[in-house]
Amino acid sequence: MKTSIYKIQSNRALRSDIYEMKLKGDTSSIKAPGQFVNIKIEGLYLRRPISICDWDQNQLTIIYKVVGEGTERMARMAPGQELDILGPLGNGYDLDKIEAGAKEKRPLLIGGGVGIPPMYGLAKALLDRKVPPEVILGFNKSEEIFYEKEFKDLGVDVKVTTANGSYGIEGFVTDATKNPGYVCACGPEPMLKAVWDKAENGQFSFEARMACGFGGCMGCSCQTKYGAKRICKEGPVLEKEEILW
Amino acid sequence: MVDTRVRLSGLTLENPVIPASGTFGYGKEYTEFYDINILGSISFKGTTADPRFGNPQPRIAECSQGMINSVGLQNPGLEAVINKELPELAKIYKKPVIANVSGFSIEEYAKCAEAMDRQQQVGIIEVNVSCPNVHDGGMAFGVLPESAAEVTKAVKAVTKKPVYIKLSPNVTDIVSIARACEEAGADGLSLINTLLGMRIDIKRRQPVIANKMGGFSGPAIFPIAVRMVYQVAKAVNIPVIGMGGVSSARDVVEMMMAGATAVQVGAANLVNPYACKEIIEELPLLLEELGIDRLEDIIGIAE
Repeated sequence: MKTSIYKIQSNRALRSDIYEMKLKGDTSSIKAPGQFVNIKIEGLYLRRPISICDWDQNQLTIIYKVVGEGTERMARMAPGQELDILGPLGNGYDLDKIEAGAKEKRPLLIGGGVGIPPMYGLAKALLDRKVPPEVILGFNKSEEIFYEKEFKDLGVDVKVTTANGSYGIEGFVTDATKNPGYVCACGPEPMLKAVWDKAENGQFSFEARMACGFGGCMGCSCQTKYGAKRICKEGPVLEKEEILW
Repeated sequence: MVDTRVRLSGLTLENPVIPASGTFGYGKEYTEFYDINILGSISFKGTTADPRFGNPQPRIAECSQGMINSVGLQNPGLEAVINKELPELAKIYKKPVIANVSGFSIEEYAKCAEAMDRQQQVGIIEVNVSCPNVHDGGMAFGVLPESAAEVTKAVKAVTKKPVYIKLSPNVTDIVSIARACEEAGADGLSLINTLLGMRIDIKRRQPVIANKMGGFSGPAIFPIAVRMVYQVAKAVNIPVIGMGGVSSARDVVEMMMAGATAVQVGAANLVNPYACKEIIEELPLLLEELGIDRLEDIIGIAE
C-alpha cells in the first residue's frame, strides 16, 4: 500500500456514463481481484475509491460510472495525464476459499452495474487456477450493457439480465440462476441481499462512503457477525456467513 | 541545525507534530507508509468506557477543502483499548502518547482518565468535551464553562498526568470556556475540534450524512482555528495544542505563531497518509528559510 503516480493510457466511454480508464504504473502490490484504489483528483479534497477491474505487470484498468463531481472530472481526463493513486486497498476476494467452496458446482460470479468490473479480474484469476466460473451480469436496460464481449472473450459462460427485458434474460440477476452454489457478488446492496438469500455460500463486495480508504478514520465501518469491520480495510469483500443485513 | 523540540507540561517532544485523535487509529495503519516514531506524539482514537460502533452509514461527506465526518466515537471500549490496542501501539511507537478520552457522564470521563493514568506510555490525557457527533453528551460538556470545568475537575482528581481539555469551536465564546478549564486545573488545552456542518445531496434531496450533521474539518477551517488558538493562547497561561486544517509545515509555523505550543494534524492524514511525515521533513527547512533557530521562540509571537 502506497501512493504512486500513474499515467493515463486511455480513457474511453463504454456507455454514455460508464468509462474505462487504463493507467500505466506500478501494480506489483496488487494481491487479489476485488481490491480497489483511491484516486486523488485535483481540486477535490477526498480521494475517490474505484475498484480494480484488471491489471498486468504495469497496467491497471478501472471502470467507473459518472455519478458526481469527481467522476465527471475523471471522464474529462486525457491520455498522458498523471494521477496520484493510493493503493491497492482492501482485502479482495479469497481465491482459495472460492476454489474450496466450488468443488461440486462451478463458482458463480454475479455483477450488477458498476459492480461488474471487479468480476472481470476475478474471472481471469479463477481461469488461471483452472477453476472456470459462470458469470451473470445485471443491468437495468440494454443501453447500459458493457463488457459482455470482454467476458465472453475470456471463454467463460456469460448470462446477461436486464430489468426491463430489453436484452438477455428479463429480470434481476437472481432470475438467471436456480440454485446458486458458491457465489461471488458485487453490486448495489439490494442485489447483494437478493443473491445472499439464494446462495449456498460465497463472498460479497460492499460499497461505502470513505474518507481515507486505508483504515485510518473508521468512516466506512459496518457491523458484522464478528463485530465492526472497516469496508476499506477488512472489506470490501465479506464472507456470506458474517454479513448482517 | 534548527531546534524543533517543544515542551508540553514537562514532556519534551522532538517536534510539535501530532496526529489528531480519530484520524490515526492506534497508529498501525500508518506503519505501512512510514516509521511513525518520527512523530512528536500521537493522540490515539477517542476512548469511551464501553465499546461503541458509532453512527449509521453514511458517515462521510466531501466539502470544498474539507470533509464532514459523523463517525460518532467508534472505539472498542476502555478495556480493549488498555489490554489490546495500547500494548500493540507500544510495540510500534516508543514515545509517550496522548490518551484521548470521552464520556457521556462526568463519571465516565473520570473512569476513562483513571484507567489511562495507570498506563505508563500515556504522557498526556486529552479530554474530549467537544465531539459534535454524539447526542446527549460529548459536546454538551464543552459548550458551557461550568460543565467544562466540572469535567476538568473530575478528571484532575483521578490522575497525576497532565490533563488537556479539547475544546469545541461551536460555542459563542471559546475564551470563557478555556478560562474556566484553566481555573478548574487543566494543564493545557487542545483546540479546535470539528465545526458542526451539513451537506445535502441535491439529487436525493436529503442530507448526505445519515446523522444529518457532522464535524467539518480540513484546510477550510484553518483560519478559524488560527483565530481561536490566538484568542485562547492570549487569554490563558497554560499550553495550547493547536489544530484544525493543519496540512503543511507553513500551517504548523502559523499555528505556533498564533500561540500553539504543539500542533495536531487531522484530516490531512486521511487524504495523504504521508502528511505528518512530509510536514516533519519540511519543517526544519522552512524554519531555516524563515531564520528561526529554535521553534519554541515563535510560540505566540504574533501580537
